[in-house]
Amino acid sequence: MHEGEPLIEWDWIARNGDQILGRLVQHIGLTVIAVGVGLAISFALALLVHRRRSLYPPLTGIAATLYTIPSIALFAVLTPITGFGSILTAEIALVGYTLLILLRNIVSGLDNVPPDVREAASAMGYSRGQQLWRVELPLALPLIIAGLRVATVTTVGLVTVAAVIGQGGLGQLILSGLRSFFATPIYVGAFLSLALAFAFDFALIQLQRLLTPWGAERSRN
Amino acid sequence: MGRGTLQELMDALIAWITDPAHWTGSDGIPVRLIEHLQLSGASVLVALLIALPLGAYIGHTGRLTLVAVTIANIGRAMPTLALLVIFLPFILRAGLGLGFWPTFLPLVLLGIPPILVNTYVGIGEVDADVREAARGVGMTEAQILRRVELPLAVPAISAGIRTASVQVIATATLGALVASGGLGRYIIDGIALQDNPRLIVGAVLVALFAVGVDRILGFVETRVAPRAAMTSQVAQGGAA
Repeated sequence: MHEGEPLIEWDWIARNGDQILGRLVQHIGLTVIAVGVGLAISFALALLVHRRRSLYPPLTGIAATLYTIPSIALFAVLTPITGFGSILTAEIALVGYTLLILLRNIVSGLDNVPPDVREAASAMGYSRGQQLWRVELPLALPLIIAGLRVATVTTVGLVTVAAVIGQGGLGQLILSGLRSFFATPIYVGAFLSLALAFAFDFALIQLQRLLTPWGAERSRN
Repeated sequence: MGRGTLQELMDALIAWITDPAHWTGSDGIPVRLIEHLQLSGASVLVALLIALPLGAYIGHTGRLTLVAVTIANIGRAMPTLALLVIFLPFILRAGLGLGFWPTFLPLVLLGIPPILVNTYVGIGEVDADVREAARGVGMTEAQILRRVELPLAVPAISAGIRTASVQVIATATLGALVASGGLGRYIIDGIALQDNPRLIVGAVLVALFAVGVDRILGFVETRVAPRAAMTSQVAQGGAA
């Protein structure tokens, strides 16, 4: 950012390949853990809602309020409790942000199963558990994966903010560039996190094609 | 964390909040709050001035939809921290300095996609029969847009403004990293100085501010459009 400095110093990138790769891997790890744990929690909550509908409004209310809190504030408030630079500090907040989208999408996915399909399944002698696992969940998959896509892309962005509390994967590159007024790591970090978001999104679209082949079949007809 | 240290933290927190020095001057809570409000408000306002006409044009004509979708997708996937810093080298070279401009410009850009998308989706979803009827009674295209389409799209547009506002408020906090004022100062300085009370007060104020604005705008939304809940579910913004 100094006078005469090129916007991107390519040889810095070549020299720091290991560091960049390390940050990328860390970023992927933080994202996968957050979305994975978030999915497990949301799934359990959605099954609970499936049984007891009255729990849905308060649960989404809490998740929505959590979602509105700026990530930097949540990271900051956890820091004195779980420690600066700890993965736990980052993950508690990151998992929290996935809950609203995932819970909503899993519940509406299960809601969207047509009643005749449900009746047919129970007429065929499926128990409630079998019905859920073999009929309702597969039919809810498109909405669940749609939720996963939004949650994952959002999480990739939020992970960069965790750099402020000493985590953050690619966010660390951005922050270190900012602190030393050196543009190259800023652009490397920004570009890679954007690319990572699109790569995750693309991968999840492919996963959906793989898991719901009937979806493509139907849209072709 | 043991019970003793938690007690110490609580005591330090109460001492920080009740210290009158933290309520006056340029680093006092009222000033930081007003800075945050001004920065966020100005950014959302400028974003609205750009996104509303553009969204109305796209929604009415159906042109440039691909451009809008692309802007929205990139806007959604772009990490806010990245958005905040990628223009910094240009802003510094333009001689605008640290502080206001490096925060304000990214915040405007951040505010545009939710308002743009909700405006054109809201207008695009206006019933074709309604539009035909308006043409039938002899309204010009501009009149249709102003008197029919925009009023019908108000619920969607206000939802977009709400999403944009919450994201802008959250990201304005990060502006402290580029020497901007606002409540983010307490968080960033609190981390740098390892001053936990300052950090926690800042975080709680930012959270209350964001949730409060979201609630107020949500209330306004139901006021301007009692049918909002029944009409379409328009784009939901991401956390920031």
